[in-house]
Amino acid sequence: METYSTSAPRYDELRDASSCNSSTGCRNVGHNEQLGSILAGGGLLAYGLMPNAKLRLVSLLAGASLIYRGVSGQCELYKRMGIDTTAEQTPGVDHGRGRKVVSAVHINRDPRDLYGLWRNLQNLPNVMSHLESVTPLDDQRSRWVAKGPLGQSLQWDAEIISDQPGQLLAWQSLPGADVDNAGSVRFEQPSSGEGTVLRVTIKYDPPGGWPVAKLANLLGQGLQQEVDEDLRRFKQLMETGETATAAINGAQR
Amino acid sequence: MKAITWQGKEDVRVENVPDPSIVNPKDCIIRVTSTAICGSDLHLYAGRIPAMQPGDVLGHEFMGEVVEVGSAVEHTRVGDRVVIPFTIACGNCFFCQKDLTSLCDNTNPDAAKLEKMYGYAGSGLFGYSHLYGGYAGGQAEYVRVPFADVGPLKVPEGMSDEQALFLSDIFPTGYMAADNCDIQEGDTVAVWGCGPVGQFAIWSAVKLGAGQVIAIDRFPERLRLASTHDRVKTLNYENVDVFETLKHLTGGRGPDACIDAVGSEAHGTSLDHWYDLVANKLMLETDRGHVLRQVIRSCRKGGTVSMPGVYGGFLDKVPIGAAFGKGLQFRMGQTHVHRYLPKLLSHIQDGEIDPTYLITHRMDLADAPEMYRTFQDKQDECVKVVLTTQSLSRKSSDVTNTAATLNA
Ligand SMILES: NC(=O)c1ccc[n+]([C@@H]2O[C@H](COP(=O)([O-])OP(=O)(O)OC[C@H]3O[C@@H](n4cnc5c(N)ncnc54)[C@H](O)[C@@H]3O)[C@@H](O)[C@H]2O)c1
Ligand SMILES: [Zn+2]
Ligand SMILES: [Zn+2]
Repeated sequence: METYSTSAPRYDELRDASSCNSSTGCRNVGHNEQLGSILAGGGLLAYGLMPNAKLRLVSLLAGASLIYRGVSGQCELYKRMGIDTTAEQTPGVDHGRGRKVVSAVHINRDPRDLYGLWRNLQNLPNVMSHLESVTPLDDQRSRWVAKGPLGQSLQWDAEIISDQPGQLLAWQSLPGADVDNAGSVRFEQPSSGEGTVLRVTIKYDPPGGWPVAKLANLLGQGLQQEVDEDLRRFKQLMETGETATAAINGAQR
Repeated sequence: MKAITWQGKEDVRVENVPDPSIVNPKDCIIRVTSTAICGSDLHLYAGRIPAMQPGDVLGHEFMGEVVEVGSAVEHTRVGDRVVIPFTIACGNCFFCQKDLTSLCDNTNPDAAKLEKMYGYAGSGLFGYSHLYGGYAGGQAEYVRVPFADVGPLKVPEGMSDEQALFLSDIFPTGYMAADNCDIQEGDTVAVWGCGPVGQFAIWSAVKLGAGQVIAIDRFPERLRLASTHDRVKTLNYENVDVFETLKHLTGGRGPDACIDAVGSEAHGTSLDHWYDLVANKLMLETDRGHVLRQVIRSCRKGGTVSMPGVYGGFLDKVPIGAAFGKGLQFRMGQTHVHRYLPKLLSHIQDGEIDPTYLITHRMDLADAPEMYRTFQDKQDECVKVVLTTQSLSRKSSDVTNTAATLNA
């Protein structure tokens, strides 16, 4: 992984899971490192809040996370996000932790077709614009790489925690993730009986406390828009085989 | 290639822009042979539609020859002569499958922006701002047309450009306006606006069984054109009280259906019209509702209001109480062009209508800037302008030749 700037700590150093404690929290970031975190985090946030920022989600996430580390002097040990596959409406996420984004879209395709596409996780970067790659490690686990805002990558390993072909797929990141997250996608039959309602839930775990609560709200809006747009494109691709563009030639696209 | 571009309020220009090419596998490229200026283009010309950008290529009524097809195009072939619906539809989504093609889910790349305003977004449209996709329009030498197997309609041999061209928009639009009235044999239908859309609505209302059609406008040549059909009476709203006259002509009951073929740029002389002008300036409303108010008041109890005329934003002082109190129903929207094409094409083929009767100006594409002005001001008895590209392509090849000579 690359560093953000010469004064900033390496991202993986900041996230040294062994030195902090999940329930109490502990000062585990040195003073220089704290300052560096705040500066680097501020930069990322500023970038993420720019109107045309690419990868807004990742910038804001990483920025907020760095500032929190800087201000609190703590490295938030991310907690695994529990997955509750029995909850009817929003499976795949634990209540009361993190931020959650839900998006749904009707797609005029058989649920099994759509499930097949999502289950082949390496297809996901074609759907989710902030993903660079998803590489299956074995049947349950996979390595996810998201495009970072300044050319670096954010990475985590995830495991599938629920897999009901044609109905539900849920995953969560494993300890050691750059950004803790969990997600699920449900393939529902609409009351009309035609096509599929695709319901995606993504939960991520921004660090708590000031000033993060406010930022997390912004962040939530960014992610919501991103997921909505991703699903719109996915629907277009599934229903028409292409995504809409007004480009007049390939170069403009 | 040469194209007509929007540069700002009342400023359109002929410009050189890059040629389009295939972008998506279901695209085709059309070499435009004929194109028209529409009343809807006048909203852009007047600067009343937001999200236009200088340089945008105008035009949504066009036809021509297919010169290239994408790899996934199955039916449309290079060399086909086709007319293009102005609404871009995918053919596969929930709305397309219900024949509501102007509401297609999958063709508007600006959908998120439009959703912020409207809740849900309509289809992409050619040459109609960056709320409807920002697609380059048809007042150009070439156009990239998405979903080549869904939209383009093959023009039968022997049918001229001028006969087929209005299938792209105004003929289906006028027809849908009448269709939306659920006309019962003998009904009275009043039509506000005798522009091209109103004219086709009048023809269609008669065709669908209206016993009496009352056409309302102020331009004598347009009223004259309307009165060429059987069962049509005309009203010049500058000379008579529209409400009272309609009441009189319907035995005191009011028209069964009222068509607003004017839209948000209604012209008026009454107090409410001046209110609209002020409210527009103060940004209290974006549209002018004079015609719609009159329509609501004039329509009979339980009648239908059909609105092909375009509204884009907000309207103030809409007598919703009158609409409610009289149990009116409202039908409106961009035209589901695809739905009507086979039927209307056969009406033209059977000689039941010759749509060329509306054409008053036959010009060259390069004359578009001047013709926008003429059509906007209704000068020179202008009803419909058709632009062809023949001489333009000759001119532009002259230009290339000159350039080649200079380079040599
Ligand atoms: N729904 C659609 O899909 C669709 C498609 C094409 C056009 N349109 C709309 O239809 C409308 C008409 O288009 P057009 O090409 O016929 O335009 P046009 O400008 O030629 O015609 C408008 C007519 O309305 C008349 N008018 C103005 N104020 C009036 C009033 N107070 N009472 C009666 N008549 C009045 C004008 O004199 C003019 O003749 C426009 O709003 C256009 O945007 C809608
Ligand atoms: Zn039009
Ligand atoms: Zn569609």
